[in-house]
Amino acid sequence: MTVDTMAAIRQTFFQECEEQLSEMEVGLLAMDEGAADSETVNAVFRAVHSIKGGAGAFKLAALVQFAHTFETALDHVRSGKLAPTAEVMKPMLRAADVLSDLVEASRDGKEIDESSYEGVAEEVRALTLVDGEEEVEEVIDFQPAVIDFGLPDIAPEPASASRHDYRIKFAPRSELYANANEAALIIRELARLGTIEVECHTDAVPDLDAIDPAGAYLSWDIKLSSESPIEAVREIFEFVEGEAELSIETDGQPEVSDADIAALLARALSGTEEPAMSTTDSVVPETPLNTSTAEVSAAASPIAEVPKAAAVPAAQTTIRVEFDRVDRLINLVGELVINQAMLSQRVLEANFAGSSSVIIGLEELEQLTREIQESVMAIRAQPVKPLFQRMSRIVREVADATGKEVRLKTDGEATEVDKTVVERLADPLTHMIRNAVDHGIESPEARVAAGKPAEGNVRLSAAHRSGRIVIEISDDGAGIDRPKVRASAIKKGLISPDAQLSDSDIDNLLFLPGFSTAATISSISGRGVGMDVVKRSIQALGGRISISSRPGQGSTFSMSLPLTLAVLDGMAVSVAGQTLVVPLTAIVETLKPKKGELHGLGAEGRVMAIRNTFVPLIDVGTQLGFRDTPADPERSVAILVETGGGARNALLVDSIQDQRQVVIKSLETNYGAVAGIAAATILGDGRVALILDVDALVSGTFEDHLGESLRFGTVG
Amino acid sequence: MTQTILTVDDSRTMRDMLRMALAEAGFNVIQAEDGVHGLEVLQTAVPDVIVTDINMPKMDGFGLIEAVRKDTRYRRVPILVLTTESDMAKKMRAKEAGATGWIVKPFEPSKLIAAIRRVAA
Repeated sequence: MTVDTMAAIRQTFFQECEEQLSEMEVGLLAMDEGAADSETVNAVFRAVHSIKGGAGAFKLAALVQFAHTFETALDHVRSGKLAPTAEVMKPMLRAADVLSDLVEASRDGKEIDESSYEGVAEEVRALTLVDGEEEVEEVIDFQPAVIDFGLPDIAPEPASASRHDYRIKFAPRSELYANANEAALIIRELARLGTIEVECHTDAVPDLDAIDPAGAYLSWDIKLSSESPIEAVREIFEFVEGEAELSIETDGQPEVSDADIAALLARALSGTEEPAMSTTDSVVPETPLNTSTAEVSAAASPIAEVPKAAAVPAAQTTIRVEFDRVDRLINLVGELVINQAMLSQRVLEANFAGSSSVIIGLEELEQLTREIQESVMAIRAQPVKPLFQRMSRIVREVADATGKEVRLKTDGEATEVDKTVVERLADPLTHMIRNAVDHGIESPEARVAAGKPAEGNVRLSAAHRSGRIVIEISDDGAGIDRPKVRASAIKKGLISPDAQLSDSDIDNLLFLPGFSTAATISSISGRGVGMDVVKRSIQALGGRISISSRPGQGSTFSMSLPLTLAVLDGMAVSVAGQTLVVPLTAIVETLKPKKGELHGLGAEGRVMAIRNTFVPLIDVGTQLGFRDTPADPERSVAILVETGGGARNALLVDSIQDQRQVVIKSLETNYGAVAGIAAATILGDGRVALILDVDALVSGTFEDHLGESLRFGTVG
Repeated sequence: MTQTILTVDDSRTMRDMLRMALAEAGFNVIQAEDGVHGLEVLQTAVPDVIVTDINMPKMDGFGLIEAVRKDTRYRRVPILVLTTESDMAKKMRAKEAGATGWIVKPFEPSKLIAAIRRVAA
């Protein structure tokens, strides 16, 4: 095979490993929960077995070795010799982690020091010791495969110079034929080894009316003169040994000659076995050093004339496509959506009658465009399952490091979201899961003392809710220690000592930059990354995050994210002659400010009273520098928005145009980052409109008036 | 005439390898992902040899062999099983089910082709 095809198969192998590791993980977790049926156990075994098989073909010795150890233990569970108890599953889960590390290292061409996982291998091996007695370690049948048979063998088998005369008695039984072996084919293969004389005995054949069509009545005496060793002859009978009377004797020569011993030694040293067809053909006895390669292709020549192009394609249910192509398609569909919107606007301006075929056709085009867009987006959608699976490993590692007992439960793993969202969720999610185990769950002793089971639970769930994906991480730990959080915030100067804070305000302090509640920064959750970074990552994805916590009962972090990063439902508004888009997810309601509802605050600040609470009023026009003088609120519209942290603000705009779906165009890529602006889009009339980054727009104000905004949140 | 080989294996890697090796040797290759899929493919295709993995989801190799042997159309189609270990017990069970022979994984293409030629007319 060519280097290219081998590289392609190698790539397939590692892709498949990913899938198998994932299946293995799911199965092992089910086994750990005692919820595994025999098919689950079998699937886990099969996954590890397949990884070993493929690794063998690619000579990944360390991977083969470890997979074999793991597989042996799994086989014990499969055969019922080993019960999947908690003590058994713990090393199994660790072994799963090692296996996935080894796969990753093999893929990247790296090596992992065996000493780093020898302990786990030993634990897994110990599982297969029955009654303290060591099972005989199975010798791995691992021979590196030589796959490039397009090239001649580097070290061809030295052909034995001596000629052997074999006398073979061969009497097939009916099973031989029942299993689709053919005596004639076996004789044909023998003939390839040298010159043969065949005598067929027909005396056992009964009268025609007594013949059983499935019976075996013929037997043969075969004289074979060949330079091939007896192993080559035996190999031809390999498949039928139990299905025929067979005796092979050598005549005139000892059964094993010196040359055979040399050949055997050479084979043992090279570690490969000689292919059956590698010996000289009777037709060309003068070329004793014929290589197996030449011979196989020569022998296969009658069927080798039709190359692989004639191969029938397999039934496929999936195709693999490069992401670049999908992204290009998504971009093009984005252009299509914009163009369609522009066309609609032109048609509208042309004042066609509602019943005109142009309008009807355009409506159909609109419908189609939307469907195409949704279908294309669906290509990028991926289930969160692999992401969730990675978290179970994090939980295990952190629990081990902190001496806690924690179980991760996952829900809604099949929920799909854009690939980029899945990828960019990995870091914040990892951090939050670490936090939940490290800070959320108490030590087993503390839990028992509080009347809870020693084992803590962390629950990770995903669900689609009104066009967004909601991911929740909850633990049944001690909950947020609010007095401690408050004290810490005061100490760090984040709030004033006399600040009036609701429980939720205190919880939200965790999201402030530089906040850490742990008295000493632990090696696990510390690492200089705070919840503020998590929050920013989520916001960068167009998401929001919120906390709820009950003392003694645990905390829940809730994230709501858009399903795709390519389109956005927004409200188009006018500000100082510009069209801006406010993401619909941030909007709570829109209001027409009245005179009595507005109050000044300090030199420039203004607040608006909305049903007994005051919210800061942000003049979008001046904030973004569109104009110098503030707009007259009474001639404007206020849009009540909620930020990721739950803070409410009113954005003052001139007027509302409409609600629409817009295609997001990156501002960073096409222009540069602008504070308060998330991205841009192209409107139906071809003009560029900016999409507001509500959180950034508000946080400029939030930081300036932190104390006030917290206080105003609870006025009334 | 070009001979057609049906390979049945749940591993994509293994299917790719079999396809490459067999196609390179001039065989027609049809593929299935498990026993059930294999039987489906057999409804429309008549292979000269079937090469099947043993441990597969839905229907394993033993199940496939038994089902194929029960079908009069395929009673005489040689079936080679792929085994990772040169596990005698597994080979014997395959034989009892009606397998013609076996191929030990990881296989060398030349071994695979030799085994097929030993059973294919």
